Parts: sequence; C-alpha cells; structure tokens
Amino acid sequence: MTKYVGGGVPRKEDPELLTGQGTFVETLTVPGMLHAALVRSPYGAARIKSVDTSAALEAPGVVAAFSGEDLADEWAAGLPMAWPVTEDIRIPDHWPIAKDVARYVGDGVAVVVATSRTAATDAAELVEVDYEELPTVVDIESALAEDAPRVHESMENNECYTWTHATGDIDEAFAKADLTVTCNYTQPRLIPNAMEPRAVLAQPSPAAGEFTVWSTTQIPHIAKVLLSMILGIPESKVRVIAPDVGGGFGSKLNVYAEEALCVALARRLGAPIKWVASRSEGYLATIHGRDQLQEIELAATREGKILGYRVKILANMGAYLQLVAPGVPLLGGFLYCGSYGGEAYHFECTGVFTNTTPTDAYRGAGRPEATFAIERAIDTLARKVGVDPAEIRKRNFLPTGEMVESPGGLAFDTTDYEPNLDRALEVLDYGAVSAERDKRREEGASKLLGIGLSTYVEMCGLAPSQVLASLNYGAGGWDAATVRMLPTGKAEVVTGTSPHGQGHVTSWSQIAADALGVDIDDVEVLHGDTHVAPHGMNTYGSRSLSVGGIAVHEACGRVVDKARALAAHLLEVSPDDLEFEDGTFSVKGVPDRTQSIQELAFAAWTAHSLPEDTEPGLEAHCVWDPPNFTFPFGSHICVVEIDTDTGEVDVVRYVAVDDCGNVINPTIVDGQVHGGIAQGVAAALYEEAVYSEDGTLETSTMINYLVPSAAELPSFELDRTVTPSNSNPLGVKGIGEAGTIASTPAVINAVVDALSHMGVEDVAMPATPERVWRTIRDANGGAA
Amino acid sequence: MIPAAFEYERPSSLDEALALLADGGDDARPLAGGHSLLPLMRLRLARPTLLVDIGGLNDLRYVRDEGDQIAIGALCTHHALSHAPELSGGCGLIAEVAGQIGDPQVRHRGTIGGSVAHADPASDLPAALLALDAEVVAQGPGGSRSIAAADFFVGPLMSALEPSEILTEVRVAKREGCASGYQKFQRRAQDWAIVGVAAVVESDGGSISNAAIGLTNMSGTPLRATAVEEALAGAADEGAIAEAAKKVSEAGTPFADANASAEFRLHLAEVLIRRVIADAMS
Repeated sequence: MTKYVGGGVPRKEDPELLTGQGTFVETLTVPGMLHAALVRSPYGAARIKSVDTSAALEAPGVVAAFSGEDLADEWAAGLPMAWPVTEDIRIPDHWPIAKDVARYVGDGVAVVVATSRTAATDAAELVEVDYEELPTVVDIESALAEDAPRVHESMENNECYTWTHATGDIDEAFAKADLTVTCNYTQPRLIPNAMEPRAVLAQPSPAAGEFTVWSTTQIPHIAKVLLSMILGIPESKVRVIAPDVGGGFGSKLNVYAEEALCVALARRLGAPIKWVASRSEGYLATIHGRDQLQEIELAATREGKILGYRVKILANMGAYLQLVAPGVPLLGGFLYCGSYGGEAYHFECTGVFTNTTPTDAYRGAGRPEATFAIERAIDTLARKVGVDPAEIRKRNFLPTGEMVESPGGLAFDTTDYEPNLDRALEVLDYGAVSAERDKRREEGASKLLGIGLSTYVEMCGLAPSQVLASLNYGAGGWDAATVRMLPTGKAEVVTGTSPHGQGHVTSWSQIAADALGVDIDDVEVLHGDTHVAPHGMNTYGSRSLSVGGIAVHEACGRVVDKARALAAHLLEVSPDDLEFEDGTFSVKGVPDRTQSIQELAFAAWTAHSLPEDTEPGLEAHCVWDPPNFTFPFGSHICVVEIDTDTGEVDVVRYVAVDDCGNVINPTIVDGQVHGGIAQGVAAALYEEAVYSEDGTLETSTMINYLVPSAAELPSFELDRTVTPSNSNPLGVKGIGEAGTIASTPAVINAVVDALSHMGVEDVAMPATPERVWRTIRDANGGAA
Repeated sequence: MIPAAFEYERPSSLDEALALLADGGDDARPLAGGHSLLPLMRLRLARPTLLVDIGGLNDLRYVRDEGDQIAIGALCTHHALSHAPELSGGCGLIAEVAGQIGDPQVRHRGTIGGSVAHADPASDLPAALLALDAEVVAQGPGGSRSIAAADFFVGPLMSALEPSEILTEVRVAKREGCASGYQKFQRRAQDWAIVGVAAVVESDGGSISNAAIGLTNMSGTPLRATAVEEALAGAADEGAIAEAAKKVSEAGTPFADANASAEFRLHLAEVLIRRVIADAMS
C-alpha cells in the first residue's frame, strides 16, 4: 500500500539548503535592528563589585549598555528548569544575566547594544567590571570534598539531588552470585557542535505589546511558554519562530539567557535586538554534555549470566540547572542493564554543582553513558568468565517478544536481539577478523587489531505523559499535527515537531502522501512557527517520528474518514460500500463511480452539499500521546588498528546493524546513523572539554577541541533488521541518537580488545595516542 | 570571532607596500594568504592596526631555477609549491612538505612567505628550510638582506624580520643525489603537527654519509637535531638508525601542551625520525 514510505525519497529540504537559499536567524534583517554583545565573566567564580559602562556608551554606534543589576526588574522569573527530579532537589536562582556573582567562565555580566555586531563586540571590551575573585571548583570529586568551595553560597554543599531507582532484591542477587565485576568509568565532558551556532532576533510591536522571536531553537513551542513566564508577557503575545536551524544535538533544547535577554532589551529599547554567538562564545555559553563518573557492578553466575546490576553515578550539572539537566542521567537510569536480563537492579545518581558551563541533554542524553557502562562492563565480565564477547551477550539477551520486562523496570515494546547480533557478526565476518587479530598478536606486529561489540537498546518516543508525570517532568510528551486538504487539491501538514536537520518535511510528506493518496510534491509541511503551528512539543530525544509523525499519520486518517463520509454522501452510497486507494474512493463493484480526494477537498470547501452535521472544509487535528516509549536496538562492531609505536588508534571498519522498526526513509535513517557514529567515535577517541582548576575552558576553540572530520572515519557498513514497534500504528521507533549511543563503547571495547593480551582492561576516554601509548608502555613494564 | 578594527591597504608594488609598512609602525602587518594571521586576529590575540595586503604583488609568485639555487617567491602558495617541477632533488622536500600542510583550502591560500614569516613553531615549512640550510630574503626600506634559516627563527611567532621588512624570497641550494622526506604526527588530517620531522639524507654504498634533520614543534623555534645527524653518519641498518634517533633527546626538552607531554613529544620525534629515514633510504 505504501508508495513513498520505505523509499529513499530525496530530501525536499535539500535544494534550498544546498543552494544557499535557507533562512537562518543570522541572515535575518528587520528594520531598525540593533545588535547585542555580552560581556562574560573571565573568572570561574567572582563577585561582581561594580560594572562601569560609561566608556562603552561613548563608543561609536553604541545605543545602550546594561549590567545585570540594571536589568534585574525585567525578569518575572529566572531561567527555567523543568525537571525537578526529586522533592528535595536544590534549584539555584539563574538569572539571564548575573546580578551579583558570576559562577562560570562565560556567565553573562553585562550587555552592550549597538547599531552593528562589530560595534557591539568592540564596545563590550570597554565595559569595566570590578570582580572579586572567589575560589572555584570544576570537577565532580573536588566539588564533593568536605571543604570544597560552594558554587552557590546559599547551599550547604554542592550536591544538587540524589535520585534512586530499584527493582528486585539487589543484595540477594549479589549474595548468590558466583562472581562479580566492578568497573569505574569517566564520561568526559563534551561540547555539542551544531553546524550553526546559536542566534536570536527579538522584534517588538510596542503598541500591541507583542514580540516575535526568531531563534535557533529545537523547541519553539516550549520557548514560547517559558519566555512568556520569564518576561511576564502574556503567552498570546509571544510568537516564536525557528526558521532553518543548522543542527542542535540537544544544545538547542533549552531556553537560553540570550533569548530572554533579547526580548527584554527589545521591550526596554523598543527596537529589534539581535544576538549571534561566535563558535568560541558558544563553547562557553551553550550547554555541554556528559561529564559523569560511573561505577557499575555486575553480579553473575559462573556461566556469565547476569543476576543483578548496581550502579552509582555522579553527574556534573555545571554552575546552574538548565532546562532538563537533572533528568538527563535519569534517561539512562533505566538502561544500565542494556539489552540483558536479570533479577535485580539498583541505580543511584547524584547531581553536583561546579563552576563550569551548565550541562544538559546532548545527543543520546543519559543513554550513551548508560550504554557505555553496561557494554564495557559486560566485556569485562566476558573476560572473567572466559567466553567470547558475542557469546556473553547471547547468554544474557532478553527473550524475543513483546512488552518484555527489563530488569531496569521498563517493558520493551518489541525485542529480537540475537538475529540482529548474528547479522552484524556476519557482515563483519567476525571469525576471519578475529583470526587476523590473533595472528598479528602472535607475530608481535607493531599494528594490532581490536574488535569491539556494542549490542545496545535505547529509549525513544518521549514520552507517555503519565510516565513523565511519575518522573516529575514539567510537561507532557504528546505531539500534534493538523492535516488539511486545500481547495486546489493540495495537502498541508502542520506539525508540532521542529526539525533542525532531521528531514521532517520529507518524512512527513511521505507519510501524508501515502495516507491521503496524493503526490508527494502536493504535500506542504509547515513547522517551527508558533503562529502557524500552535501546538507542539518539538524535537529532541528521537521522539519526532514516533510521536509527531504518528500524529501526522493519525490526522491523515481522520481526513480520509471525513472524506469518506463526504464521498458516500455525494455518491449516494453507504461509507462501507467505498474503497479507498491511491487517493480515490470508488464504489465497490462499480469502479467508474469515484470521487478523488482532490474533488472532495473542493466539495468540502464550496460546502454546497455536505452530509448532515458536517462542517465545511477537509481538515483534521490529532494530538498523539504515546502509550509507551519505543526501544530501538542494534549491534555495532568496531575494528580498530593500533599503532603500538605512537598509540594512534585508527578505526578501520565499522559495522552497524540497527533495528529502528519500520523505516520511513532509509536514506535519512542511514544519514542519522552515519552522523551518530561519527559523534560517538569522537567521544571515544577525540573530544574532551578540559577546564583548568581556576575554571578556564582550555579547549575553547575548534583548534583544541578535536571534532573529527570525515578523514578520520572509515566508510560505515550499515545494515538493518526490522522489528516493528507496537507502541504506535506505524511500527516506527526512532534513530536520531542510536549511532551515538551505540558507538562509543564499541570503539573503546575494540581498543581494549587490541591490548587485552597485555592485561589491559580499560583505556580512559578519549583514547588519545598518548594515553594509549602510556597504557601499552605500562603494560610492558615501562618499555614502549 | 570578530577581529578588532584595523585599516586595510592593498598596494600594487613592493615599494608601496614597504612605504605603507614604514608609515604604519610596529602595529602594521603584511598580509599574504591570511591563514595564520587572520585566525589570531579573529580571536583578538593579534591586533594589528594596519594590514598591508601584499596578495596583489604577483611578481612575488615564482619558482626559479638559478643554477646553484632555487629561488621561491614569497607569495607562492603551498599548492603551487607542491606541484612545482623545479623542486626536485633535495629541494623536493619543500614540495613534499607543502603538500602536507593543512587542507586543500589552506594550501590554495597559504603562502611560503606568510608561513615562514609567521614563525609558528608548529608550521611545517620552517623545519624543512632548516634541514636544507635555506636562506630567507627580507626587503626593507633600506634594501634587501639575506638571513640564514638557522638565524631567522627567534622564538614562537618571532622572527629576525624587522617590522618594516617584508619577506620576499626563499633561496635553497640545489642538491642532487640525496633523498628526503617529511613526516608529521597530528590528530586530525587538517591539524597542526604535534611533532614533525624533515630529513635530507645522502648515502654512500648503503650507509648514510650525511643527514640533516629539522624538527617541527619540539621547541619555540624549529630545531636541527644535530646529535641525531652526527649519530646517523655511517648508519647502515635499522638498528643503527634507531640508536641514532634516540639522540633526539639531546635537542632539548620539548614543551608540553594539551596534545602531548614533553615525554611523548620526544618519543614521537624518535619514532618519526626512524620512519622518515627508513622511508628515505628505501
């Protein structure tokens, strides 16, 4: 029945983007527009004793300059945090611009408004801030020390919250275990690198008291609600537009200081205000990701069957709590048992404040950390038991089925893990590569091979609203769509998702074109403008297809139902006597009596003859609240070659067999997997945000924060298995984060495998040449 | 990433450029390809008040065979150098190094004069110029002078050039009957070298008779590994080369940064010396 769904339809977005006709916030200009530049704290912690803007105000082109204190009465509320995970969580005040204390390098302390971006940037250097430096703490362990400097003076220590989650009797599982393994891992802090840095443009309509805000955001609808709360502006008077947005990876899943600041300045000055981040400014002022310390213990039988999982993690929140930061570790908190069974599970997470850029959701958000821990630990278990990493996984896989209970407490929609792993082993030719690895070892080759597996399961489709309620999340998990047939026979799909690279326009067109029986070029998808699409929960957490895409599908179904009633009326038959195929209703057995959906659209618009109790127009709305999450799974295998002379790790092969259920657009899915793997490899081998003890971000540019390029990566070998989800009528799951979630442990498992014959059990991330070289040298008793 | 304000001039002759520089004083800088200077300006780590863009001085784009020497105009791009037929024999090292700089965009914009004058210790060409005993020609208001590469590099981003001078030419003695090579270690394809090794090797009946080794990014300036060079004399097999490579530690203790500790840098230099000599000999 599907003409478009499942096909590699070329992206409808691309011609515009590839020919430079996209509309990005940075390129927008409105009459009378002014530019804002921030003065940011150069100190990890400092009291702001005074701010002198007089020299800045005299600089050419400068219109205004304000300290945090000057703007204090603009805020009806601080910057929002929507996920207070426990009753006793400590939530610090977080003003869009610091008033008295700056708590990380990059915390805004003053703002200059000028007639050009360059004038504002130059003048910002002239603002004189008298700081009193305060002691800083940047890493988790130091922050938890008894005598640690407090990030927030009003709190008795730097602990933000402790959240626990348990199933079964964990003590019993460990008591009866034949063996246990305990592993400690560090998840380095990562800096998201969307291609487009952040930018905001706020345009006031002073007489009407209205504001239009163009923002590089993943969440225009959520931003609208929250900006209204921060600024005390009626929600109906705030319009948020996310035009073309160049990637997010979670870094634009926030309501940021600069968004609130631009609206406040627009209100105060009565002029449009634009702010554009440079890349290095973004490194300081856009959320970071990961930064956790993990301990995972497995209790197992001597055959390697896991009985229990005990996990304790410490998560660096940074200096303040951004939108969903406390909840990020929880998104992994159910998944430290991965795709495996067991009797008991115990998870504890403590959030910690430090004098660093706040962290929040970064591609995978909690699940990459969880998957890393279990996929690394199960390899350690395999070595202890003395079985192959593929075999230990097969011994522990959850059974194939539907609504399969995981030890983590969730019921997985559909599972079928072993055939998926077998396919990956087959694509790699696991036996042959293993033999080559062993041969090189025996020959004492200077270039060693290592093979790393990662058989992940993850959690998408955020989320059933009632589940979110149980986690104390401050919003629902539904999404919305409106589908309307226009009088000319074209279809208009209005979606509540907010694509920023995902290709929703293409995928939603495929879904709608099939459901309505129209040509894909006759479907227009509208998104990202709260005046055009009034309802939405937006795009993050690989939720768009399995929630928003379903809303589109269901709304199309409702349009077809309405069209059927109209067709029956016009053809003077019962609706049950109609068949619908390829956009045309025909009377069963009388194939020449037809009404096309285009004819019905026109008839519904003219409304000359409608069934009783039917309103004009052919349009339907659907808000889809998913009954369950979806749980994509898959097997990734990485092969690395290690130059033992230099410690350099080269990823020579990478096989990924993902199962994201039914696939709408295989090209888009492959693209998501490619980018995801690249980001996961980056975390394993290249990227790490490093702070000095005084709170300076040492990796402050792309010169020293090492985002790898295509040249550092192999050609990925992709395949799929298809196990449709039962959480939604399309059987889809989500693929936006799977590559990132799966790949990091696959790479490190491969690195450790390459060196395992030397007794190496772990290599910290990123596995830099020097780190690997030292590991080899230490394993060889000091001789490289 | 917006540079501080600056004046910009694009002279049409070298004399005009020199006059502009002289008028601009200490805060005037010549601009060639811009691939070293502009990033520093965008980070506001460099704040010249005047940029004298010499990109229009096409007279400075040449590679000339002058009998004993090859003369290279300062505005030759790395891309042009990597394809210059005049750069053969020992001078082929320059083509080899130029072809390894940055990425294609950098190689099409960046110039040998700009790279050398910028004197970044992580730049690739300076080590090659040291190994080749090259000369650098500087033109100033009072005329031109020739500076040996060994005297040219003074410190990180510091050269023997006066603010009023423009580097106009690099001169390299032609050498036949020798092999050369350059290897560098970096994290990403387009990164600066963590360590680089340039070598020119002459051999006689299977053993090394003469070797010159230039090191990239082991110090604030490019270095000659003289102890290694001496130890290589007479080396005929892998073992002897490896022993000689160990002498790189006598070039001094390298600096440490986020990419490598001093110890690891030294180790990498040793490995690269081994490899570049082995490659050159094969």
